[in-house]
Amino acid sequence: MLDQNHAVKKTWDPVMARKIATEMKGMDGALLPVLHAFAQHFGHITNEAIILIADVLNLTRADVQGVVSFYHDFRREPGGRYVVKLCRAEACQAMGSEELAARLERALGIKFGETTADGGITLQAVYCLGNCALSPAVLVNNELRGRADEAKILDMVGAARP
Amino acid sequence: MTIRIFVPSDAAALSMGADDVAHAVTSEIAAHKIEATLIRNGSRGMMWLEPLLEIETPAGRVGYGPVQASDVKAIFESGLGEAHSLNVGLVEEIPFLKNQQRLTFARCGITDPLSLDDYEAHDGLKGLRNALDMTPDAIVAEVIESGLRGRGGAGFPTGIKWRTVLQTEATQKYIVCNADEGDSGTFTDRMIMEGDPFALIEGMVIAGLAVSATKGFIYIRSEYPHAWAQMNKAIAIARAKGLLGLSVLGSGRIFDIETRLGAGAYICGEETSLLESLEGKRGQIRPKPPLPAIAGLFGQPTVVNNLVSLASVPIILDRGGAFYENFGMGRSRGTMPLQLAGNIKHGGLVERAFGLTVRELIEDFGGGTYSGRPIRTVQVGGPLGAYWPDHLLDTPLDYEAFSEKGGMLGHGGAIIFDDSVNLAKQARFAFEFCAIESCGKCTPCRIGSTRGAETIDKVIRGNNAAQNLDLVSDLCETLRDGSLCALGGLIPVPVMSALEHFPEDFKAKPQGKAVK
Repeated sequence: MLDQNHAVKKTWDPVMARKIATEMKGMDGALLPVLHAFAQHFGHITNEAIILIADVLNLTRADVQGVVSFYHDFRREPGGRYVVKLCRAEACQAMGSEELAARLERALGIKFGETTADGGITLQAVYCLGNCALSPAVLVNNELRGRADEAKILDMVGAARP
Repeated sequence: MTIRIFVPSDAAALSMGADDVAHAVTSEIAAHKIEATLIRNGSRGMMWLEPLLEIETPAGRVGYGPVQASDVKAIFESGLGEAHSLNVGLVEEIPFLKNQQRLTFARCGITDPLSLDDYEAHDGLKGLRNALDMTPDAIVAEVIESGLRGRGGAGFPTGIKWRTVLQTEATQKYIVCNADEGDSGTFTDRMIMEGDPFALIEGMVIAGLAVSATKGFIYIRSEYPHAWAQMNKAIAIARAKGLLGLSVLGSGRIFDIETRLGAGAYICGEETSLLESLEGKRGQIRPKPPLPAIAGLFGQPTVVNNLVSLASVPIILDRGGAFYENFGMGRSRGTMPLQLAGNIKHGGLVERAFGLTVRELIEDFGGGTYSGRPIRTVQVGGPLGAYWPDHLLDTPLDYEAFSEKGGMLGHGGAIIFDDSVNLAKQARFAFEFCAIESCGKCTPCRIGSTRGAETIDKVIRGNNAAQNLDLVSDLCETLRDGSLCALGGLIPVPVMSALEHFPEDFKAKPQGKAVK
């Protein structure tokens, strides 16, 4: 459910989408689990996905759209094959994460919230990864790294570097 | 005799290469043809030593840390438990660990987190077995006697909350565990989920027996992929072994747990937002009343407790409320799992009875800053906590002592900053964070946070600094008094404490005390 490995190309598949939503609709508070499952299978939440989920869960499109837009995790546009989530909260700030953030933006040629032109890398801010005694912390796809620096992070995204 | 070798699977240890160390250990066991088993334990909480490799010897567990995969061969060749440059001696004798009082974290780092047998061999399930023979009223009375208060930050007495739910009639009640540990500088919830997940499960089952709830939910933040995976594995094991399900430990009592994944929203750590999110909605806060204890999840009476509160329940039911109440000071009873974070030499988990001072925590346990430069400020209690200068560091860690000094203990995280910090920037960040994470329900928080960041920018630029600082104070008053929940209500705490204690940083175009 929490596989954020974007290395696999994800294409929209309405049959599979309906199957996933239908299997999960009996869960208490099913909408968030369904959205997470869609994010895992299809990478981002498209308009078709919103219409389909609303239909299966018997909600309005506005209900679904409202939930998608509320949470930082759900993207409406495809993310990069590597999603670099750099912690920019206080504990990491105390260990120089803001300077690291600026260096990463320069090295990758993108701002936070953006994806490199070839779809390789998305740079994203997060607020705490729970690794605050080994700051700065970064999560690349699902791999956590402590005492992170520019070289370590660029090494993790390897071939996807612009 | 089979030698037991431990390499943590805790996320902090993994972040420093623990998986590679574990692979190297497996290879060396095979190469040396030793009769040994590798156990992936939780973390002991001495993060500067991670990955901490431990080897069981007749004298006790000998540690090596921080170990890289390339060190493992030499450790095996020098003889397991023998002299080596990374050998830190008997782990239990390390002062950082020896000087703690571990009740909630008694097993974390010691046992195999996914072995229910190991859990039972280390006093697990004793509390639950006692609870199964008690009436709901008696369980609640025990928790009230323990003096346990909510470890998430609010410090509301846990037993009183349970009593309200118990006394509210309903066909379905819920236990909700708040594992949306969003405060920077905190990681205790994560450590329990990864290092001793059965303690949380046991605590939730006991809560269910106490209030007659049959279903529990654990709301885990998505920034914790390892904790999420581990917790789900532990629940599956608990079901298979009859700890969860239609007959808890053969008692005929029903209790089961489901996990739900957050989606990157700090506000969902607020209990009513969390309930909205669990129901599949936008995580916007609900006005109180009604209290969740009366009308919570899906409108039913619901216990919403922080993870550490729930994980502290098993030992209370095992050793008794009076045992737990015997620790602590004033109205803060028991122990508090504290976390040393940020620019700190020896960062990690320190569980101690309430009453330790911040200075003792930072100096005696933490060993000063990581950078070696002087400490300028400490923020206790996460993004909504105060920035304190040196002269407040002798305050004891205690709910009341903290609020007397304008601070907040929160979830027990202490973030240390050296003298390169600029407090005007930190104050600006507090507003910025509030703007990013505001749920948008109430106006002071939704709009005031953005206006606050802009106004501090003006101060930093030297644009009518005096008037704009007055505006910031005014705005903070509005946020404090007019916001619906703690996010907007407490964001003035970091801002105003920075202003009060470090006014020099708010002078026009301040250079701070930048070292670069």
